[in-house]
Order: sequence, then C-alpha cells, then structure tokens
Amino acid sequence: MRHFDRLSENGSSPMSTAKSNLEILPRSIQVVLCLGLIALVAFPFVGTDFYTQMVTRMMILAIFAMSLDLLQGVTGLVSLGHAAYFGLAGYALAFLTPQGAPVSLWWTLPAAMLGAGLAALVIGFLVVRTHGIYFIMVTMAFAQMVFFLFFDNKVLGGSDGLYINFKPDASLFGWTPFAWWDLDNKATLYYVTLILMLMVYAFLRRLLWSPFGRALAGIRVNEHRMRAMGFSTFGYKLTAFTLAGSLAGLAGYLWGAQSGYMNPELMGFHMSAHAIMMVILGGMGNFAGAIVGAFAFEYVLHLFKDLPTLGSVNLGKHWQLWMGSFIVLVVVFAPRGLLGLVERFSKKSEDAPHE
Amino acid sequence: MDIATFFIQLLNSVQYGLLLFMLAAGLTLIFGIMGVVNLAHGSFYMLGAYLAYSLSGYFGSLTLAILGGVVLAVLFGLALEWLLFRHFYQRDHLDQVLLTFGLIYIFEELRSMLWGDDVHGVAVPQFLSASIALTDTLSYPVYRLFMSGVCVALAIGLYLLISKTRLGMKIRAGAFNHDMAGALGINIKLIHAVVFALGVGLAAVAGMIAAPISSVYPNMGSSVLIMCFVVVVIGGIGSVRGALIAALLVGLVDTFGKVLLPSVSGMLVYVLMAAVLLWKPEGLFKQ
Repeated sequence: MRHFDRLSENGSSPMSTAKSNLEILPRSIQVVLCLGLIALVAFPFVGTDFYTQMVTRMMILAIFAMSLDLLQGVTGLVSLGHAAYFGLAGYALAFLTPQGAPVSLWWTLPAAMLGAGLAALVIGFLVVRTHGIYFIMVTMAFAQMVFFLFFDNKVLGGSDGLYINFKPDASLFGWTPFAWWDLDNKATLYYVTLILMLMVYAFLRRLLWSPFGRALAGIRVNEHRMRAMGFSTFGYKLTAFTLAGSLAGLAGYLWGAQSGYMNPELMGFHMSAHAIMMVILGGMGNFAGAIVGAFAFEYVLHLFKDLPTLGSVNLGKHWQLWMGSFIVLVVVFAPRGLLGLVERFSKKSEDAPHE
Repeated sequence: MDIATFFIQLLNSVQYGLLLFMLAAGLTLIFGIMGVVNLAHGSFYMLGAYLAYSLSGYFGSLTLAILGGVVLAVLFGLALEWLLFRHFYQRDHLDQVLLTFGLIYIFEELRSMLWGDDVHGVAVPQFLSASIALTDTLSYPVYRLFMSGVCVALAIGLYLLISKTRLGMKIRAGAFNHDMAGALGINIKLIHAVVFALGVGLAAVAGMIAAPISSVYPNMGSSVLIMCFVVVVIGGIGSVRGALIAALLVGLVDTFGKVLLPSVSGMLVYVLMAAVLLWKPEGLFKQ
C-alpha cells in the first residue's frame, strides 16, 4: 500500500495542483503519537492548574484544526473563514445559558453543533460552487459577514462579546455518578476534552478511509475526473463543509465552556488564519498533523508572548513580529510541516519498510 | 431623504468606490498576472497613510508627501517582490495565503515600533480645505472631490497603460501565457516586478489621499482589505474593468446602507456578494 502510494505520487503529472499527503502514518510517527497520548493522559497529575488549562485549550484548538483539515488537507478546499463556525457554536452556548443558572450539557452541545453545521450548510451551498482562490476569498468574506453581524448588534453582544457565567451542567437528570462529575473541575474538563479529541480523531481517520473519504481525496487530486466518473462532487464537498463546520462547532462550544467568554474576534480572520497555520505546521491530510500543529502553534505563540525583557526592549511585547517571521520561515522552509520533516528523516533511516 | 442629502451620499459613495478601486485594481492585477493571493495588500494601504502622516509633517505639504511617498512605496514594493514574492508565484495558494498572513503580523508590529499605536490626523492642504455650499445647511468638502479626481485620473492612466502602451501589451501577454511571453523574449521577471510595484504604489496612493479624511490608525489595512476581496470577487478575479464596476457598486451599497439600514449595514455588502455569486459564481467579468 505504501509503495503503491509512492508510485502514484511520482506518477502524477507535475501540472496537478494536488498535494500528495502523508495519509498512512509511518511506524515511527505512530510511536511518537502514542508516547504523546500517554503524556497527555498523565499530564493533569504532574502539571499545575495553569498548564492543565493551557493544554485543555490546546486540545480544543486541535479539534478545531482537525475539522479544518477535513477541508484543507483531505478535500483540498482552503477555507479562510472556518472560525465563523467555531464562534457561532460558542455564542450558541452563551445564548442558551441563562443569567443565573447552568444549562444541561446534553442538549446544548448537540444544539450548538447543529447550529454551526446549519450555518456551514447555508454558507457552503454558496461557496462550494467556487474554486481555488475564489473559495479562499469567499469563505473569508462570509466569515466576515458573520463577524459583523455579531460586532454591530448590541443584542448579540456587540464588540464587547458575551459572558458565559456557568459551565454546562453534566449531570444526568440531576444525578451525578461521581464527585468529580462536574465540568467546573479543571481535571474533568481536561479529560472530557481529551476524550472528545480522541473521538473526533478516530471518527475522522475512519472517515478518511471510507468510500466517502476516498471520494473527497479524489476531489482534491482531480475534481474533473471525479465528476466524469459520476460522482456528484458538489454534494460531497457540501457534506464535507457542513461536517467540518459542526466539528468546528464542537471546538467552539468547548472553548466557550472553558473560557466563559465569547467575543467577535474569535470569529475573525486572524483566528481562521491561525487554524490554517496549525494544519500546515503539523502536516496536512492525516489529522494527526493537525493535532501536533495545534499544540506546536499554541506553544510557540505562548513562548513569543512570554519572551523576557532584554535591556530596554520588551521582546514579548513584539510577539507579532516573531510570530509573523515564524510563519514566513515555516512557509519558506517547511511547507509540509513537522510530520513532513519527521518523515523525511525517517525515510533515510528505514531501509526496507514492510507493513 | 431630500435631494441634497441624496446628492451628497451619492458623491460619497462614488468617492469610496473609487478609493476601493485603487486597491482592488492592484490586488486583481497581481492575482491575474502572477497568480498570487496577497493578504498583505491592506498593509500597503496602511503604509501609504503612515507615510503621508510622517512626510507631510516633514515637508509641511501633503502634495510633496504624496510624491515622495509614492517613490518610497514603489521601492518598498520592488524590494519585497525581489526578496519574497518572486519565489511564491509558482507555489500553492495555501502557501501564499500563509506567507502574506505572516507579513501582516510583521508589518503591523513594525508599524507599532516605528509610529506607535496612537491615532493620528493628517491636515487637508490649504488650497483644498474649502467646502462647496449646496443648500443653506449642507455643503460638500472640496477635498473629497479632489480625491475622486485623483482616483479617476489614475484609473484612466491605468487603462491607457494597459491597453495602449508597449509595456501594457507585454503585461497582457504575460497574463495570457507567461511561458510563451517569456519564450518570445519578453523579460517576464521584470514585468512581474513592475506589476507588483504598480499594485503597491496604487494601494499606497489610496492610503495617502485617504489619510486626511479617515485619519491614520493601527490595523487600518485589514478592514479595507476584506472590502477589496469582496470587490474582486464580485468583479471577477483578474478583471480591472470588473473591479471598477464592482467597487462603485460596493461603494453605493455600503454608503446608502449606512444611511437607510444602519442596523445591518455591515452585512449588506456581503449579501450583495452572495447574490452575485448565486447568479454568476465566477464574478461579473470573469477573464
């Protein structure tokens, strides 16, 4: 299978814009990912509250990045407006939570994901018919429309945003099986996010190798040929767009629950571009890269914002300069991301790979 | 709305539309000829505005500031093209998006380090500071008419450059098929550099002439960038004529939307875009 993939990689014409992705993860990367998972499971026992919350946020962003990877890495649709669906679900939680009491997790989470998916369906109906550069610009413009809808209207929170005073209530009809069965507990929220992240990963990996996922990959490589073979590419792309929107909604809901605050900036163009950067940074098209990328991106951002003051210059204050330079350097030198680099090195060490 | 107010809003919308055209024309040319998505185009607008602020303080005259600023902006554009953009013409759109997004961060921070984060005003030149009285209470500033005049003059100049000159012929040949144009002995690299610098120059001029009425403030590039994207999408990517018509349309919808439907005015332009996309998915004037 792996040799076959390499053959087709080399055989594809250089004119094709499709990127060959690392869909099958080499053994070395699988091992690294397993070690990473063990570290994640153990982390709340060793990390402080601050870092537990930070890793929770990284995992939420990993879900967000994976949802974008379904479009960007698998289907070849670069959406520069994915943050809109992320933000919509978070706002949904803000509206559903009453002023003085928490609201049940069990119906608000599906409702928020459904809402984000519905928005993605409506916008997707318009944007999926466009291609390439148009798709990039149009997704960005529609996300900006959603941004202004919230930014301009006081009823929707306006430019200040909305507070979510209570974390969603996880009890089953008032019954809590354990004492820690409460999202206010930081470790519980951490593990809930971890489990959801793993579920999304497993679901998307399964989807990638399903007939539906293969059709999406086919659309990335050559949409005309897929259409000639009788696939309704519009329907496939719209389904992928809707699904990605509602998974982004899952991440947005968790973000709202964790931070207790939503503002329009979370739907803005910077947030969308950050998600693209996360997917690129890890490596596209296999979802593991999106997770690695989200962690790496958040870590680097944290690092730059926390830089010390050297002499009279506060380096951390100029984080935008470092972040911008970092992005430019990654695009110039490692356009296939961290997993791409690992793969390039492991290819040299593995002489006869048999799977 | 009485006739005088209507007239004033009409002039405002034309002026806004023409300003958008200056930016969108560069964006659409850079895409049409080099195939580059440039998210940093709004930064060139900001650069122009800040140059106008600094140089008008230095020279004491906005006219001189604009002339000096254009030279600086074009040199900046040439350097940027040579250093970075040149290597990205053949790359994936995704890489271009990220490169130019990274540049936005860099330019914003450099702006903050050089000029600080305060809002600055730029004085309208003395000889343009008058207003034309329309009725007893309403008047229209001459400077806004001057802005429209500059934009119209540059639009005509751009049209003549592209359709009537030898350089324009080479640009069009490059847009049509740049391998073939290169094989016929046209220095295509030079053409690319010229087009890029032209785009940067137009955006900077737009920023400079807009500085007195919009003032100069951080992040001023990003909102205008997204409007330009809408203009380019409506007009059809690569079409300068489409950009002109779409820019005027967007100016009209945005200005009158703010007067007539203030609660949804931020969204109206995007609704217009959605309607155009439903009707013509590739814009009004697909090349």
